[in-house]
Amino acid sequence: MKILVPVKRVIDYNVKPRVKADGSGVDLANVKMSMNPFDEIAVEEAIRLKEAGKAEEIIAVSIGPAKAQETLRTALAMGADRAILVQTDDEVEPLAVAKILKAIADEEQPGIVMLGKQAIDDDSNQTGQMLAALMGRPQGTFANTVEVDGDSVTVKREVDGGLQTVKLTMPAIVTTDLRLNEPRYASLPNIMKAKQKPLDTKAPADFGVDTAPRLKTTNVSEPPVRQAGEKVEDVDALVAKIKALGIA
Amino acid sequence: MKTLVWVEHDNKSLADATLAAVTAAGKMGEVHLLVAGSGCRAVADEAAKIEGVGKVHLADDAAYEHALPENVAPLVADLMGHHDAFVAPATTTGKNIAPRVAALLDVMQISDILSVEGDKTFTRPIYAGNAIATVESSDEKLVITVRGTAFEKAAAEGGSASVEEVSGPTDAGLSTFVSEEIAESDRPELTSAKVIVSGGRALKDSETFEQIITPLADKLGAGIGASRAAVDAGYVPNDYQVGQTGKIVAPEVYIAIGISGAIQHLAGMKDSKTIIAINKDEDAPIFQVADIGLVADLFKAVPELTEKL
Repeated sequence: MKILVPVKRVIDYNVKPRVKADGSGVDLANVKMSMNPFDEIAVEEAIRLKEAGKAEEIIAVSIGPAKAQETLRTALAMGADRAILVQTDDEVEPLAVAKILKAIADEEQPGIVMLGKQAIDDDSNQTGQMLAALMGRPQGTFANTVEVDGDSVTVKREVDGGLQTVKLTMPAIVTTDLRLNEPRYASLPNIMKAKQKPLDTKAPADFGVDTAPRLKTTNVSEPPVRQAGEKVEDVDALVAKIKALGIA
Repeated sequence: MKTLVWVEHDNKSLADATLAAVTAAGKMGEVHLLVAGSGCRAVADEAAKIEGVGKVHLADDAAYEHALPENVAPLVADLMGHHDAFVAPATTTGKNIAPRVAALLDVMQISDILSVEGDKTFTRPIYAGNAIATVESSDEKLVITVRGTAFEKAAAEGGSASVEEVSGPTDAGLSTFVSEEIAESDRPELTSAKVIVSGGRALKDSETFEQIITPLADKLGAGIGASRAAVDAGYVPNDYQVGQTGKIVAPEVYIAIGISGAIQHLAGMKDSKTIIAINKDEDAPIFQVADIGLVADLFKAVPELTEKL
């Protein structure tokens, strides 16, 4: 079985984004970029399935600028076998990303497409579900545990009230949540080896997908800023404050 | 514009999250509801009483019992033949289903809206709420999820909509429900709690979390939340997590104990009316958003606070 792992290059999760003064977006110039943390978890889970003998090949895919190659090299250094970069400088919305991934899945015929539940830049939480719809296949979103058995995959999902377990007939789409695993760091020898692994470069047009955006962002602004309040001296002062709020 | 709102429920009663979605949909046009489930007539009757609702569609079929997206998304897509916008609360169920509907309709979804600015214009948070984008859709139909804390809840009583039974595609045969572990608790649910007491990594382990946080929450009749660090460390289950990718909450009072205040956590609670922080590190970022801060050792301060309240 092949596992297809889409990964996105995003602002590093430790960086506090700054909104541009002209309201056109978020300033990404000279900002540290990394693999979307949820996608790292997806790469890790795919590698663990391969190590457990459940999968033979892991293909990492990224849709984005030339620099997304670095993100793919990270996936290769972690343990993916080969990579595909669908190169574009345009912003590609989740729907178009899902269409490109569908075209790649049609070619590669993976048993599982494993991807992050959400990218921490646009916070859409859509791509996996959309891909599942376009492929006409089942989806196990917000995965906490993934077990492959024969031609089905059982996914324990993190839901609002707790956990829900579903069984999906493969091919299936799985989106990862935080508790699924803790991604490994790539070792230096593996980072060197990753440079030799195959990385194909394509364009959205190669898949016949129109990436013209459906949504127009007319403005990006700072959220209302919360002011720091006051510090109290001791517990007694805090008790008085809490009582004044009328909750105790 | 005619909207179709996803009703969140457990086949017995309607979940509160629905009410904020109804308010958002009401700002866009006529409000129709969809109750999809199994043996869920009572939910439809409850939904019909929500103020401002024009009609309730009831799809009662064993295949819809657990809202598996493979089964319910085609049903919604069918009903969208007669509606202009599908509106779901941004709960884990809504987030699971809505994008699948959007792709079936070839529509780009607008996630987690904060406001309705025009016919097809909305605001939504990006970058963990560090920026607010105004977006305008060019799609003919709309698929939207609604951030519950951004809209008032519609009144649960006062309406008298008709309930119309509908049917749609049945079991797609792609997925089956196996089991669920839903925590039974008398505590208020995080997303609707008036007061939340939340604990972080500093709580050490699950016993300590329980010993320190629970008595205070009991005293205040509060819901209990946690930072990602506390959930990852196994102090509490995943459904306690407040943050960018966990639950978004906006209670009257949020008490953060031993939480440093990573941007991902702030994203989930900074719209709380009053934030109280207790942390021994006076430079912790949580104090930059807290209305009331106490720099203290939580292991001494919190039991003392519980005692004195």
